[in-house]
Amino acid sequence: MVVDDRLSRVFSALADPIRRDMVARLASGDATVNELAEPYSVTVQAVSKHLKVLEEAGLVTRGREAQRRPVHLEAEVFDLMTKWIERYRREAEQRYRRLDAVLAEMAESGVERGRTDIEGEAS
Amino acid sequence: MTAITHPETTISADPALPVIRITREFDAPREAVFRAHTDPELVVKWLGPRSVTMEVERWDATTGGGYRYLHRRGDEAYGFYGSFHEVRPAERIVQTFTFEGVPDGVCLETMTLEDLGGGRTRLHVVSVFETVEGRDAAMSSGMSYGVTQGYEQLDELLAS
Repeated sequence: MVVDDRLSRVFSALADPIRRDMVARLASGDATVNELAEPYSVTVQAVSKHLKVLEEAGLVTRGREAQRRPVHLEAEVFDLMTKWIERYRREAEQRYRRLDAVLAEMAESGVERGRTDIEGEAS
Repeated sequence: MTAITHPETTISADPALPVIRITREFDAPREAVFRAHTDPELVVKWLGPRSVTMEVERWDATTGGGYRYLHRRGDEAYGFYGSFHEVRPAERIVQTFTFEGVPDGVCLETMTLEDLGGGRTRLHVVSVFETVEGRDAAMSSGMSYGVTQGYEQLDELLAS
């Protein structure tokens, strides 16, 4: 259940558009809270709250430099997201391979009439 | 003899919109792909994950029709139901999808069959969820299947 908890925290953290935007900006480099707050018409406190959610989800960490404490994106979590989508894709791919097999059976048993006719004309 | 290469499934999940897009080509005409989606005897052969048995309770793939099926694994049963909003032979199927475990969530799926000529078809599926969270929850539920199918990389990552 640890897996589910961590994933659901990541997903709910990314459900907010400001947090998604912050993550996108951090992908190009570390930034301070003030830098992150700049483009938004919300307070630095509000941005700090958003950061806390991202931090708890394991998406970002805070540096230890005395004054700056830059925010750092944990790329590992993104690998996790990418792998998770890849799993979903593989699941769909397996389903469609079964469909390939069903379609092949249909063609063999002549269920699919149109195709047989086309082949008949060609010969 | 020509080796037939099946183009693999492509998938995209928009980070900001609650949408999943899937594309896949099939070495079969549109009529056959359509029939494999609408004839319940064919649907049960491919739709459910291999680890479950699929039991169709109702399957009326016509405009205004509906469906309900169960996935059974041991003593567990998971129900799914929805409506067929529009079923246009060999071209398009628009349907809703609800997992009974999440009864407040509904997904709208539009499937389009594109004729590629030469007896080939490209299937497009656009699934629209109510929220990004709902979409992500639905996608992550695939995790349980993924784990049983043994994709170990992610497990290692999670353990680290």
